[in-house]
Amino acid sequence: MKFAVIQFPGSNCDQDCLAALSGMAGVKAEYVWHKKTSLTGYDAIVLPGGFAFGDYLRCGAIARFSPIMASVVEEARSGKLVIGTCNGFQVLCEIGLLPGALVRNRALHFICELVTTRVEVADSAFTHGCPQGSLLRLPIAHGEGCYFADEATLRELNERRQIILRYATADGRIDASANPNGSVENIAGICNREGNVFGLMPHPDRACEERLGSADGLNIFQSMIETIEATRSRAA
Amino acid sequence: MKVKVVVTPKAAVLDPQGAAVRDAMQHLGMPEVHSVRIGKYLEIEVDDKTPNLDSRLNDLCRDLLSNPVIEDYEVVKS
Repeated sequence: MKFAVIQFPGSNCDQDCLAALSGMAGVKAEYVWHKKTSLTGYDAIVLPGGFAFGDYLRCGAIARFSPIMASVVEEARSGKLVIGTCNGFQVLCEIGLLPGALVRNRALHFICELVTTRVEVADSAFTHGCPQGSLLRLPIAHGEGCYFADEATLRELNERRQIILRYATADGRIDASANPNGSVENIAGICNREGNVFGLMPHPDRACEERLGSADGLNIFQSMIETIEATRSRAA
Repeated sequence: MKVKVVVTPKAAVLDPQGAAVRDAMQHLGMPEVHSVRIGKYLEIEVDDKTPNLDSRLNDLCRDLLSNPVIEDYEVVKS
């Protein structure tokens, strides 16, 4: 099973993603430079965190025009799994694969800490390994992670069960005290309507070993692997 | 020719920078200030003879220079 980790100039979690995925049984992860134009042969695509193109203009605004992004869109439309963490989430919103946008944190600070998120959808392609309401401790590190969507979009996200993760207190409550950055409805991660494109501000890639403070990120990658295996066995 | 583009956050979008500057202005002796919104200002030098300048500029304002989910833009030519 092959994962592509896209590298933009300014990506800085590409190595974290590659290391996390390479440590998983049966997975081969490879870098794909943003100037490449094909993603044929990969089972899943990872847009890593960082500061693609220096975050100039807006986070993800320039990266979305990189040559590889046409293939990312094409593969996403064909149903392939795509995950964007942190800067990758911002790129997915900028290119329109996910609704809404990420804006400056409410408190204006860059936040780097381990937070608790609650799994809101237990049967998604990215979280079916976690029962609904499970708490995942994941690191965040961002200055522009405040999720914004207008009311109509929010309603649709709720109705279609596209809100996958919310920031929660240590005992699993969703309230303002658990919201690190001002995101609407404590949203930490969403998927597209079809459920195969997932963006989240937290870094599962930085939470794949206990000695890093948490191994909860493995749940997300493991769910992706199982989804891909299930799709393959259905096709066979 | 010089084209100026002003990008501003939409009313519904939280603008914590603007709020911080508003507070500072109030503290510095202007309690009359009700609101500050902070956006971006771009000065663009472009060839006068550019074909379809207006529509191409507007396309780029929509696709690159602003994000219509969170921002509005205005183009001023001089």
